[in-house]
Amino acid sequence: MLYLYDGPLPVSDILKEWYEEEATSNYGAFIPFVGTVRSEDDIDGLSFDIYEPILNSWFEAWKIKAQKKGAIIKMAHSKGDVMLHESSYIAAVFSPKRRVALEFIDEFVEDFKASAPIWKYDLKDGERIYALDRSTAIKGSGILGAKG
Amino acid sequence: MIKVDFLGPIQKPSLELEINNLNELATILQEDKELNEWLENCAVAVNDNLVSSLEHPLKDGDKVSLLPPVCGG
Repeated sequence: MLYLYDGPLPVSDILKEWYEEEATSNYGAFIPFVGTVRSEDDIDGLSFDIYEPILNSWFEAWKIKAQKKGAIIKMAHSKGDVMLHESSYIAAVFSPKRRVALEFIDEFVEDFKASAPIWKYDLKDGERIYALDRSTAIKGSGILGAKG
Repeated sequence: MIKVDFLGPIQKPSLELEINNLNELATILQEDKELNEWLENCAVAVNDNLVSSLEHPLKDGDKVSLLPPVCGG
């Protein structure tokens, strides 16, 4: 349940679809997180590159973790440009009880930020500028460097 | 032949190299001054699996990917 879209996410459609898919699955909790592009630092929007093979295997590992807790995880992300006040990311957990879903969405989004192979760029004055200062080196990075 | 891909913001075309392990790759890439900063902060995957040791062996047809710092969402 990993969905990639070219450009901004159709948030209402996705949330409605996910809600309806699980409406009779007997989950007591549905906790979505929606990430929306904010106006800051004079950006016009954000842009994303994704390396899908590793994103897919990363997500598969989280699907298994969710299963072990009796939960399911769904995620949607944008590729390419997403302008101000549009959304680029949705993650959602369904679980029998709320506590598992609340904890799981937090863990999942934190690891997503630290590990998912997605690169963010600011769109500013017609340029696409890599957001290095807001990015996180994946665990184990630097082995090819002189200090590695 | 080993293919080396530079992902995301590293604006560099792929390389094809005759090497036997990641140590040899490190030596070659460290000669490229433009890559020095990237080498310090990139993760490395072999055939789309992240690796943590330069001793990782490489065989003909393997694909090595360099992954710079990430920021999804």
